[in-house]
Amino acid sequence: MAPPASGSPIVSLRGVAKTFGTGTVALDGLDLDVREGEFLSLLGPSGCGKSSALRIVAGLSEPSRGIVEWRGGRDLGSNARDNLGFVFQEPTLMPWATVFGNVFLPLKLAGVDKAAAAPRVTEALAYVGLADFAKAYPRELSGGMKMRVSIARALVTQPRVLLMDEPFAALDEITRFKLNDDLLALWRRLDMTVVFVTHSVFESVFLSQRVVVMTARPGRIHTELAIETAERDGRFRTSAMYAAYCRLTSEALGQAIDAHAEAAA
Amino acid sequence: MSEVLTAGEARERILRILLPAVVFVLIVIAWDLVVRINDIPPYILPSPGLVVATLFDDWPILSTSLFATLETTFEGLALAIVGGVGLAVLFNQSRLIEHSLYPYAVILQVTPVVAIAPLLLIYLPQQAAVLACAWIVAFFPVLANTTLGLNSVDHNLADLFRMYGASRWRVLWELKLPAALPNMLAGLKIAGGLSLIGAVVAEIAAGSAGAGSGLAYRIAESGYRLNIPRMFAALLLLSIVGIVIFLLLSMFSHLMLRRWHESATVRER
Repeated sequence: MAPPASGSPIVSLRGVAKTFGTGTVALDGLDLDVREGEFLSLLGPSGCGKSSALRIVAGLSEPSRGIVEWRGGRDLGSNARDNLGFVFQEPTLMPWATVFGNVFLPLKLAGVDKAAAAPRVTEALAYVGLADFAKAYPRELSGGMKMRVSIARALVTQPRVLLMDEPFAALDEITRFKLNDDLLALWRRLDMTVVFVTHSVFESVFLSQRVVVMTARPGRIHTELAIETAERDGRFRTSAMYAAYCRLTSEALGQAIDAHAEAAA
Repeated sequence: MSEVLTAGEARERILRILLPAVVFVLIVIAWDLVVRINDIPPYILPSPGLVVATLFDDWPILSTSLFATLETTFEGLALAIVGGVGLAVLFNQSRLIEHSLYPYAVILQVTPVVAIAPLLLIYLPQQAAVLACAWIVAFFPVLANTTLGLNSVDHNLADLFRMYGASRWRVLWELKLPAALPNMLAGLKIAGGLSLIGAVVAEIAAGSAGAGSGLAYRIAESGYRLNIPRMFAALLLLSIVGIVIFLLLSMFSHLMLRRWHESATVRER
């Protein structure tokens, strides 16, 4: 059973704008609350700034204007910001390191020695079903398995917030379905907040409790939809309710794209 | 992984070794026949047999020269690695230093070493001058390739290191240097051959200065004395040195990369 999406905000973006050196306005006036424990998707066309927003939340990029406010939330204190996991569109693994070495990286950089880290690395690998592959090198793995390693690396620090930037976009549909199911299981089990950037209507509806639809140039929120369902499993994927939610979300996305076209005209 | 070769692959492999060997034997036979049939005197063109015989007869002199050249070559190569990698890291860490020095590294590279060698011989002791020549030609490929490697680190990985609070030092040591390793090794493979060339050029330039003892010096000296068989024997040794250096560096590169890099992957077809 998914936790309710009504947690208090764990991070808030207020009037966030991002203008790149080239003059491209990626974001303008973005207001967004990420609620503790929720599974939130940012959905929009290319260039709507959804990835920029995610990078700003991660602290990988500074907003040109506006503020990013982290809040304590349940037993978090002010550390929430330091407790992040990030998964890129590409697996982004170090090819010279084994699967173990890659997942160990965040702990190693935090100064944890190998012996102390080993059980945590093994646990993270078990989460993603790769316990037997600790000694393999990335090039020996399939695309889906590499992405699992990437997720294990993000989970090894036991993050409160997991940020994912179109992580499954490059994978085939069957692999993506499986990873979607496994990601939901992990989200329930590990009790974390997930912010998931995607350009797939179907993926966002299947995964998230809340879909934020964004519009492009400048990127800002067009609308948001709550996806309310008791279960998210194979049955949900083929249900009439799922289809209805997908249609609603597609319509919203279509309006967001039209709104941009009108603004440009 | 067990190595099971299909019949086709086995044939392919045999051909790759057999064909060059056949060509080699044919050339040697042709060379020998040309010398015999035309009755060419050894001071114009020695027969292959005589070259090999000279190699054994003159081994005491040639081996001393061989070790002198090997020493220069490997010292030059070692300094090229230290200098090339060191400068590349320095350039990577500081744009100021990169902009200040990089043009001079290029100038040093594009100026023919044959032209620099006589000058170096004036200002430096002979051994130091020879070493400097080997270094000048060998360091640039290491520098250029390592710089390329250090600059082509996956941006997302770099972001990840930043997100997890990695210090500059750790980013260099755990991300940039491993990422640059394949390029660095490619530079090293080129530098090995160039270091030998640099050493030879400087020895030839040192030429009649007398105190020289390397293989190239031996070639120049034998030329003056019309000892053509010894020239050929020394040349043969230089060739072998070049081949061995290349094979050793290729093997080293393969050993360093075979577990993770695409270049070392054997694809199944």
